[in-house]
Amino acid sequence: MAGSATDYIKHHLTHAKAPHDGGFWSLNVDTFSVSLILGFIFLFVFARVVRNFSVENPGRLQCLVESIVEMVGNQVRDIFHAKSDMVAPLALTVFCWVFLMNAMDMLPVDLLPYIAQLIGGAMGADPHHVYLRVVPSADVNATFAMSLSVMFLIIGFSIKAKGFGGYMHELFSAPFGPKVGPINFIFQLIELIAKPISLALRLFGNMYAGELIFILIALLPWYVQWLLGGPWAIFHILVITLQAFVFMMLTIVYLSLAVEDH
Amino acid sequence: MDINATLLGQALTFAVLVWFTMKFVWPPLTNMMDERAKRIADGLAAAERGKQDLEEASRRVEAEIRAAQQKATEMLINAEKRANQIVEEAKQAARTEGERIIADAKAEIDQEVLRAKESLRSQVAGLAVAGAEKILRKEVDASKHADLLASIKAEL
Repeated sequence: MAGSATDYIKHHLTHAKAPHDGGFWSLNVDTFSVSLILGFIFLFVFARVVRNFSVENPGRLQCLVESIVEMVGNQVRDIFHAKSDMVAPLALTVFCWVFLMNAMDMLPVDLLPYIAQLIGGAMGADPHHVYLRVVPSADVNATFAMSLSVMFLIIGFSIKAKGFGGYMHELFSAPFGPKVGPINFIFQLIELIAKPISLALRLFGNMYAGELIFILIALLPWYVQWLLGGPWAIFHILVITLQAFVFMMLTIVYLSLAVEDH
Repeated sequence: MDINATLLGQALTFAVLVWFTMKFVWPPLTNMMDERAKRIADGLAAAERGKQDLEEASRRVEAEIRAAQQKATEMLINAEKRANQIVEEAKQAARTEGERIIADAKAEIDQEVLRAKESLRSQVAGLAVAGAEKILRKEVDASKHADLLASIKAEL
């Protein structure tokens, strides 16, 4: 039992990779395709609402979309005071995409991997070597992709707001004054790098832990699974929403810090 | 933790999603939502304006009605006054006319009486003369006894 439980967990935590042993150049097909599909669902739903938008008589879907847009818009207006056409759409994308990726955690842990194994088996592969991790945000690659993008945006926004020279001056003169330039630069560098790392690892950690607990619950006898699985799933509704919200808020906050003068 | 090419793929997907949202989702959505907010505000303002107009109009109507009522009352009073006056005038005219007619009739009657008296006098005088002639059986010169005749006429 112990061996099979370990195998079960290991199996669930292994990515579908292509090529299988390509080192850095292998792609986590599951993370990539699931997040891509979710991204397209997000765009499809929102574009559909835009196309069928009714000023007079909004439907339910439109009301939902509008309330999300309103919420994101209010946060951006409250936090980000400079003028930018990018921050609000960026925040909206982050919130919706992260939420959808997190929401994959709400599917039964074995559902999609089992279907994948059936399909893989039917196509002639060994079912035990068909892997599928369905929660993209429990993959560091997905979270770091977003947080590093945000970091580059921080640098871009800083240069745009203060000029290249102004930004360099800030890197070398704050917080201790221009006399100890290199020390300032080290501090600023740490600050800059800490942002994407904390952003990515917070989301990754939460989702990975959540996924792992669902896997562990799935190892229990079937008649007690609901006792733990139910509360954990309900609690997880809060977690996935909160993590999406936190990621969005911190993105806005970091970008607003980038354009403000110190 | 294994960082691999997925990172680049995810970043690319992320960029595409953000770009699409920036281009085709956020601006039209917020524009249309702003438009609705504006329309609602306009509608409320128009409703408020309409209410004020209605109030103004009903106030005006009330004033008009009051003025019309006052005018009608005035006209009624005037008409009554005028009618009384006319009746009064007619009465006065009738009375004057009646009095005049009566006076005329009286005058005529007096004249008639006078005339009758006159003619009676002259006839009686003639008869008296004729009677005297017959009594005296003698020609009486009418011109010689004119004074006598006149005195008899006056006594009659």
